[in-house]
Amino acid sequence: MEILWFALAVLCWVLFFALEGFDFGVGMLAPALGRDDHERGAAIRTVGPVWDGNEVWLVAAIGVTFAAFPDWYAALLSGLYLPMVLVLLALAARGVAIEFRGKVDTPAWRRRCEVTLAVSSFVTAGLFGAVVAVATTGLALDPTGAVVGSGLGRTLGPLLSWPALVGAVLGVLAALVQGATFLGLRTTGPVRARARRVAVASAVVGAVVAAGVGVAVGGLAALFAGVVALLGVATAVAAGWRHEGTAFAAATLGVVGAVVAAFTAHVPVVLPSTLDPASSLTITGAAASPYALTVITVGAVLILPGVVAYQAFSYWVFRRRVASERVAA
Amino acid sequence: MTALELSRLQFAVVTVYHYLFVPLSISLSALTAGLQTAWWRTRDERYSRATLLAGKLLMATFAVGVVTGLVQEFQFGLSWSAFAQYYGDVFGPTLAIEGMLAFFLEATFLGLWWFGRDRLRPGLHLATIWVVAVGTLISAYVILAANAFMQHPVGATIDPATGRAVLGSFGALLTNPVVVASFPHTIAGAFMAGGALLLAIGMWRRRDDAVQGPTWRVLARVGAWTTLVGGAAVSLTGDVLGKVMTAVQPMKMASAEALYETTSHAPFSLFAIQLPGMEQPWSIDVPWLLSFLATGDPTATVQGIDDLQRQYELQFGPGNYTPWIPVAYWTFRLMIGLGVAATAAAAYVLWRTRRGRDLTPAWFADRWLLRFLWVLPVLPTAAATFGWLFTETARQPWLVFGLFQTRDGVSPTLTPVELVASLAGFALVYGVLAVVWVRLVLHVSRQEPTPLHPTAEESRPEPVLEMSY
Repeated sequence: MEILWFALAVLCWVLFFALEGFDFGVGMLAPALGRDDHERGAAIRTVGPVWDGNEVWLVAAIGVTFAAFPDWYAALLSGLYLPMVLVLLALAARGVAIEFRGKVDTPAWRRRCEVTLAVSSFVTAGLFGAVVAVATTGLALDPTGAVVGSGLGRTLGPLLSWPALVGAVLGVLAALVQGATFLGLRTTGPVRARARRVAVASAVVGAVVAAGVGVAVGGLAALFAGVVALLGVATAVAAGWRHEGTAFAAATLGVVGAVVAAFTAHVPVVLPSTLDPASSLTITGAAASPYALTVITVGAVLILPGVVAYQAFSYWVFRRRVASERVAA
Repeated sequence: MTALELSRLQFAVVTVYHYLFVPLSISLSALTAGLQTAWWRTRDERYSRATLLAGKLLMATFAVGVVTGLVQEFQFGLSWSAFAQYYGDVFGPTLAIEGMLAFFLEATFLGLWWFGRDRLRPGLHLATIWVVAVGTLISAYVILAANAFMQHPVGATIDPATGRAVLGSFGALLTNPVVVASFPHTIAGAFMAGGALLLAIGMWRRRDDAVQGPTWRVLARVGAWTTLVGGAAVSLTGDVLGKVMTAVQPMKMASAEALYETTSHAPFSLFAIQLPGMEQPWSIDVPWLLSFLATGDPTATVQGIDDLQRQYELQFGPGNYTPWIPVAYWTFRLMIGLGVAATAAAAYVLWRTRRGRDLTPAWFADRWLLRFLWVLPVLPTAAATFGWLFTETARQPWLVFGLFQTRDGVSPTLTPVELVASLAGFALVYGVLAVVWVRLVLHVSRQEPTPLHPTAEESRPEPVLEMSY
């Protein structure tokens, strides 16, 4: 039962990173790739109808984690208190910037929204990359599941480590690759051409960094890193050959692989302790009661297939490319 | 301040702020759906324009509600990790089911509604906004069930070995008598908030915009009716909720009246003041009303704070089980007073604008109403805020009533400096969001309302676009 729920929690996190990854990338790239209000508007419009539904996967992921593994949820969030608060603040700025941009018809208003969107998307992608990397390498957990230390350094300190820095770089690169390939798939004309060039460049850099991580850590993780690097190469090649669908699929698979690798790196440990291996949180140790797990199982089985269906319907409704000329700035 | 006090302050700030936008999202989605249904049935263009305007207000409000609501999902782990560990079995499934069942619906279908205006058939398009409205109600019910558990824990037992709550019956959690009473009360209050916003905007713009005067009038009248009916429903459901609360948390209702001694035929004071040097506070009392509100019987005995304090000491051990009385007393009265004021204003507007009539600035009451129109949308929102402040602070010192105290729930290693940093971050970002939201609402209100669907001349023929996938 716990294994099933661990799998479901990982699935929600994977779906969140895979779906929001291109939202973050589009957020970073839209102001840079669009040369005028119409082009920038078209780029943002590609995610306009779907970004919020994608972000709800974060609610589902954190909700499932809380429901199935309360100790994991408590240790992760209180142990990475300030980084997570920063993520939430950046997400707040991001969501509002997307939604508010088109609601007032002045260039200055749109410009402010675009800059906010780009900066907050960059910060969120980087912080999520760093947080995942830190959670994979472990926190200073004591036997009660609390992170020891005091002051600002307790929860900001872990961000100033090599794994966190590499994680942040990978997070931003992954979002860029996904965002660029998504824009290539969903726009027309000059934006599409520029997105293709960004996709090739960022996929090559991403593949190199992923390969570097593989060499550095070795073992089973190196295998995963190698696969991610190969998918990066495949993305670059497909984008270069203008196989836009293939490029986006390869980029997304790369993100999926990286997230799965990070979450399953220490199974059955879900959150390693850097102080004492005995204090690490395990799948069974962190789980909720069997009845609570049954409740959410029934809920998930009844609800999630419907969610996937109507989200797919939404992507189907908005399947046409967004032409810059038709977007009223 | 200690980490506990700062954590409580942060939870209050972040949650109260989120709840400024929640009632508007709930009511504006249903009002938008209702207006669009009216347009769909009558093809009256006023409804089409009113729908899009309400929809724009909804989009702006929903965006802020979503991003501040996301914070709520994380709060329990961030600064209340002990609570998350001990009550994760109850709260986790509730939040997970809410997210899966309601948030996905709201987020996905609102995107379909806004961007699908020229993509979906009109009937399907209308259905999408109704799905959003239903989604907000489901989400309200489930989250209120989680709150009701904190007021009156049912459906879970405490594992004696670990001290942790173990969920026993999800059905019992969802049929808690407190949520059954608080859900209609909360929803009625939410409709007052959305109604008052449309009422104020409609009345304000009705005079400046002669061309679209009829559209603004529709908004004003719909808003006024919504506020009036919502106000009536709020008082009826509030009466039921008060009786449930008297049964499950007598201390809360005693605190609402600052009733120290157990009294029969207890009066309800409308207003009380105690100046330094006065032995007894001076107050205006309505005889027997408290007994009636608390139990339905004007002669019944209402337990006083002192008796309850003694009783709880015997039951739970030494300690202070009395909430902060002045806050309980005044928030309760402000909730009722501001709600009544909004309802009365709506009734007045409906009377003065009956059968095509209009407010006349020459008449001094109308002049004052028009001058202070901006106060109207503030009233129900402020009333709801005071209501929540009342129900949450008058439960103290308990986080889960009778089982778990607030001081035991805070994240154990969190230090004040971290909390000051996060509070500053929330204050800054939330402050900016509030200013931008108000500017956006004013901007949307100043524009001429456009029809929901562009007319034939406006919509250019769509070039055949390739499919992306």
